[in-house]
Amino acid sequence: MANALFEEKLHSDEFLVTTEIGPPKGVDVSEMIHHIDILKDKVDAINVTDHQSSVMRFPSLGGCLLVKECGGEPILQMTCRDRNRLALQADLLLAYSRSIVNVLCLTGDSIDVGDHKEAKPVFDSDSVQLLKMIRTLESGKDVSGNDLKGVPKFCLGASVHPEADLIEPQLIKFEKKVAAGAQFFQTQGIFDLASLRRFMQYASQFDIKILAGIIVLASARMAKYMNDNVPGIIVPEAIIDELASVEKGKGLQKGIEIAAKLIRTIKEENLSHGIHIMAVGNESVVPDILEAAEVEVARH
Amino acid sequence: MIVAEQKPLPEIRRMISPYERVLILGCGTCMTVCDAGGEREVSFLHNALRVAQSKGGNEAHHFLESTLKRQCEPEFLEMLVDKVGEVDVILSLGCGIGVQAIAERFPDTPVLPGVNTSFMGISSEQGVWDERCAACGDCRLEDTAGICPVTRCTKGILNGPCAGTKNGKCEANKDMDCAWVLIYKRLERLGQLEKMRRYYPMRNFRAIPRPKRLVRTPVALGEDDG
Ligand code: SF4
Repeated sequence: MANALFEEKLHSDEFLVTTEIGPPKGVDVSEMIHHIDILKDKVDAINVTDHQSSVMRFPSLGGCLLVKECGGEPILQMTCRDRNRLALQADLLLAYSRSIVNVLCLTGDSIDVGDHKEAKPVFDSDSVQLLKMIRTLESGKDVSGNDLKGVPKFCLGASVHPEADLIEPQLIKFEKKVAAGAQFFQTQGIFDLASLRRFMQYASQFDIKILAGIIVLASARMAKYMNDNVPGIIVPEAIIDELASVEKGKGLQKGIEIAAKLIRTIKEENLSHGIHIMAVGNESVVPDILEAAEVEVARH
Repeated sequence: MIVAEQKPLPEIRRMISPYERVLILGCGTCMTVCDAGGEREVSFLHNALRVAQSKGGNEAHHFLESTLKRQCEPEFLEMLVDKVGEVDVILSLGCGIGVQAIAERFPDTPVLPGVNTSFMGISSEQGVWDERCAACGDCRLEDTAGICPVTRCTKGILNGPCAGTKNGKCEANKDMDCAWVLIYKRLERLGQLEKMRRYYPMRNFRAIPRPKRLVRTPVALGEDDG
């Protein structure tokens, strides 16, 4: 991985590339480490998801430690679903002490979509409040106003949904996230470049970086499943048809092509400041996508 | 009002099995309105228990019926004193408050909950009730166009919708309206969208510490009246 910190790159004009890794359900981290190894030099930073889709897994903080150990640059995904303000702050202190400084602040999916549906949903805070919470820690105080011994400093991100069917309330929230201190945004999965273009025209008034979310689809079935079950995802019919048109076993190849084409257009037409690839279980194809899209991260 | 659902018959039979003389006690207020434990439900349950008993089972219960206007008020509970002396257990079809009021008033008589108290809400159509208030002790309906995000958003979040809302519905349940879409639309209609643009800090969960207690203080009067 390039040496410069992700935050420094945010201030440059580079086309930024991030991707994400979902930790395993269990203690066998060998596959995750393999993914980190093949990705760390191809991207600017690697998100580690936080019980994505409310499915209990190895923790994001633990995954970020592994990214660090392997010499990569982690982005800690942090949701408000499972931890109250004490637990969130404590994890942030731990993260900073281990040089994990990039944090993606999310509210978190509903408990109802996951595999522990009877658990107590916490949501002591939401994504905007989490951003504020972290900026408060940076002022040397916890959220109750008590002094901290040693002061952390983070680089903060958040998410935004440019393809939401009702965009205005999403934009109101987006502006609150900017005001609360978000420096970069990774969008929900983008398929319709027209809405990305519209969103970017609007978002260019803010001093932030936008990384367009690219989902790697492996089959028409997966796309339909995501439409029905994964919050914040809208795969258009045309793409589902395209995936359905290929012969069996070639779905992922098609998904790679679709992703690469989106990325190439986004880069050529300057539609965002970078991309965030979500390969959902197919992390090992991310280098192929980048190669097909002819995107290389800059070395420093 | 308080909304509840009667417990399944097998569970009620299991609970009463150690007792011989059972007072089935209804409540004339919320439990009557939500069809969970009024006079009518008391008599239905009484019948159902008798039928179940006659169909087998070696228990021989003796049932008594009664319905108070409100189980949650001491003055109504006083009317029960004689009946309670005649029974081994009270099967209350009042809400959780009624059950506990009985436990406090009659320390020597066991009391069983015959309903699952569910929430505070309204009836949106015949036979359907929807939750509306979480009794958080810190009402913010002024800022949210009279629609409660604490209660009606599954995440209870305060600064606008999550990304999971689709077709106006909630990511947790496609049949349930997204509270934040409702709030947004109504604020827009009222010309008050600036209320949604405001930042709302984390909730104070100790607005009234649990278990909550309210001690009435005089309602604030105008300065001149003061
Ligand atoms: S979809 Fe709407 S109601 Fe459901 S959790 Fe998100 S904001 Fe709350």
